[in-house]
Amino acid sequence: MSKFTVNGKAQDFNGDPETPLLWYLRDIAGMTGTKFGCGQALCGACTVHLDGTATRSCQVQVGSIDGKSVITIEGLSADGNHPVQKAWRDLNVAQCGYCQTGQIMQAASLLKDTPKPTDQQILDAMSGNICRCGTYPRIRAAIKRASGAA
Amino acid sequence: MTRTPEITNVARRSVLLGLAAGSFVLAIRLPARAQEKKFGGEGMPGGVKDDPKLFLSIADDGTVNLLCIRAEMGQGIRTGFQTVIADELGADLNRVKVLQAPGNQAKFGNQDTDGSRSMRHHFLPLRRIAAATRQMLAEEAAAKWGVPVTEVKADNHGMVHGPSNRRLEFGALAKGAAARPVPPADKLVLKPVSEFRYIGKDVPLIDNLDFTTGKAVYGIDARVEGMAYAVVARPPVLGGKVKSFDAAKTMKVPGVLKVITIDPPTPPIVFQPLGGVAVIAENTFAAIKGRSQLEIQWDDGPNASYDSVQYRKTLEEAAAKPGQVVRNNGDVDKALAGAAKRLSAEYYVPHLAQAPMEPPSATARVTADACEVWVGIQNAEAIRTDLSKRFNMPIDKVTVNNLLLGGGFGRKSKPDFASEAAICSHAMGGRPVKLTFTREDDLQHSFFHTVSAERVEAGVDANGKAVAWLHRTVAPTIAALFVPGADHEMPLELAMGAVDNPFDIANFRVENPAAAAHTRVGWFRSVSNIPHAFAIQSFAAELAASLGKDPKDFLLELIGPPRLIDAAAMSDGWLYGEDPKVYPYDTGRLRAVIEKAASEAGWGRQMPKGRGLGISAHRSFVSYTAVVTEVAVSDKGEITIPRVDIAFDCGAVISPDRVRSQLEGAVVQGISLAMLGEISFKNGRPQQTNFDGYELTRIDGAPTEIRAHLVNSAAYDKPLGGVGEPGVPPVAPALTNAIFAATGKRIRSLPIRDQLAGKV
Repeated sequence: MSKFTVNGKAQDFNGDPETPLLWYLRDIAGMTGTKFGCGQALCGACTVHLDGTATRSCQVQVGSIDGKSVITIEGLSADGNHPVQKAWRDLNVAQCGYCQTGQIMQAASLLKDTPKPTDQQILDAMSGNICRCGTYPRIRAAIKRASGAA
Repeated sequence: MTRTPEITNVARRSVLLGLAAGSFVLAIRLPARAQEKKFGGEGMPGGVKDDPKLFLSIADDGTVNLLCIRAEMGQGIRTGFQTVIADELGADLNRVKVLQAPGNQAKFGNQDTDGSRSMRHHFLPLRRIAAATRQMLAEEAAAKWGVPVTEVKADNHGMVHGPSNRRLEFGALAKGAAARPVPPADKLVLKPVSEFRYIGKDVPLIDNLDFTTGKAVYGIDARVEGMAYAVVARPPVLGGKVKSFDAAKTMKVPGVLKVITIDPPTPPIVFQPLGGVAVIAENTFAAIKGRSQLEIQWDDGPNASYDSVQYRKTLEEAAAKPGQVVRNNGDVDKALAGAAKRLSAEYYVPHLAQAPMEPPSATARVTADACEVWVGIQNAEAIRTDLSKRFNMPIDKVTVNNLLLGGGFGRKSKPDFASEAAICSHAMGGRPVKLTFTREDDLQHSFFHTVSAERVEAGVDANGKAVAWLHRTVAPTIAALFVPGADHEMPLELAMGAVDNPFDIANFRVENPAAAAHTRVGWFRSVSNIPHAFAIQSFAAELAASLGKDPKDFLLELIGPPRLIDAAAMSDGWLYGEDPKVYPYDTGRLRAVIEKAASEAGWGRQMPKGRGLGISAHRSFVSYTAVVTEVAVSDKGEITIPRVDIAFDCGAVISPDRVRSQLEGAVVQGISLAMLGEISFKNGRPQQTNFDGYELTRIDGAPTEIRAHLVNSAAYDKPLGGVGEPGVPPVAPALTNAIFAATGKRIRSLPIRDQLAGKV
């Protein structure tokens, strides 16, 4: 049995403790904003905040997060108006949009820790997140736009 | 990602013709029925429909509901369709909702979203749909007011009568308008371009809020009451099959429900599932874990020796010898023999995987008399056709709900993953099953971009003018999916840059030696344009360098003066399915994008040591693209890309922001394949299994700045070109040309990776 919270809501899980948080969220809790991309922490599509830190949910076993707090894209802000989300919309960052929830969670974490990141800090923080559509120039611009407001 | 109108027939036709006594005339000429041939959207299966009652409805509250028949995969087509309808109708953009049409080609016309065709084929039909609806609303308002319809105008979601200063909202007129007959096409009055309110302007993405809050629903996100989850262990080698297997350990994994076998395909393999063993479970993880416990002995079959190192030698040997002639002007042999200077070079582009971030995934429910599928697919009709045959039920009993695609790039024009989901649901007695490809599955079982060797030779006269051009292109063909043993490029592959080369050279020959396919070759964004443009645009720069000429000036010289070239004059029997009379090759447009990219990039400026500019240009999908790339190469050979300028002429632009975003993405994808992209085979198996082996460009490898320049974008009176794909082909050669300018090192084999390490 593992007890944790997702976006503030208590969760009890009695299933296979090896189940990755990613698949718990998507298949069991029915929260599909967190995306499956590689299953090996190579692409960042499944990024959530675990006790406030950007984490690849495909590598976190549900059995290991007893007592912890998970924030997903659905819980990043109450109304979708986190400065990063707003900046993403202002610049029409998304193409297919699939990786963007992971990108946004990663960027929000970066700006929480480093409100005014340098170009290099942006590259370092975001290089774990792949976008196959190639929206990187806009991701960089959106982070700069949101920077200081996050 | 370009599909022929009747893919199986065309593939068969071209292969048959291609085998016909090596006659290039036969191979490129259309059959006798060519006179009746339809072009553009009309030439696609199902054609184009423009009945407003099929696609538009207006609710009492005024909400306009538009049924979108094209798949959304990142190209922004939902926003584009919304833009056109809102503008032509006179609606408020924000009150036009876009719903995705289920697959139904007979009802809605062609829905196959590939070949950069969506706006190209639907801009005018969408305008007709909206204009007819506007006219019906106007007639309804005129009848209510008792005034001539000519005095009624649309104004921001309402109809107004100027002389009496009256107004009725669309919502109030909707019911009456819907009961009126649809005006015939020749009675429609389209809005003047000068009054466009949204078309040609930047508008917000319709799905922005959903994209940024996790509410966007992709195929992989489908949730159907009571569904199970499945993954499949597929034969690691194409053509392989299960010899024996033991699922005892699998069945002990918590959550595993059932293990079934899937039959291997019978030739031709087309888009059939590969066969193997499916594990069906209560959630995806249990299915994956269960699959890891399977013990399977495979019979690898005849492709077990496919080895990319060996195969490359085979391709290069073929490129060194004459092959089937697919274009011939003048006398190349004579011109080469008499040339003052001859130069030749060989280029290599490996297999690539599309690797959309959303791996293939589909959910299906198959009962005794109906199938329903939830999926993100480029070609919903392909699923309906397959399942209808597979389960022997009328096609109308197969419902395909098309959700968002988390990228497609050609991979999702194939329905194999939906077929697998349906097979699993059928085996579960009709319980819905979501089938997911893991990333490993995606990279091991793609329909790969071809692998090619391209050899180009040119002869130059004493004045430095090119007088002979010989291009041999050798690559396994997509046709092998449809015709076992097909080993020549189809006309549609050859006409992706190889034969439709506008260079102004009197003696010109293109040859296509044979190459057998040992894996599934499929469409990848831009398709054969990638290797063809890489070879041609690299070689143009090589020739310039050998003659001591500026690469841009020499490229313009090769292209020659502005003129219109008929497709037939280049032995182009494809032309992206378009009418040759409507879409001649316009070298003036190609020249103009070259000039635009060059001037924006500051072509000719002094570069510091280790920096260089490279240029290339290419027409594909009836659009014109030029790229100037700036690279910086460090002492250690590390490559960074400070800036890329891409100039683009697709004719009229509906959504400038979306076109720019497609170009930005094309640049990144082109850089990715040039720098890192390679799927290589050993013992018949792809050696790359995830994003550690199959690397994609990340934010730190992307250009610092990408500047997209739209040329000719207000030409609304001219036919439209494609947008999604034509940005990609010139990117790789512009990069390697820039590397040459920076270092003097010529890269002829992709990917670049660390070829410069320690050599600069």
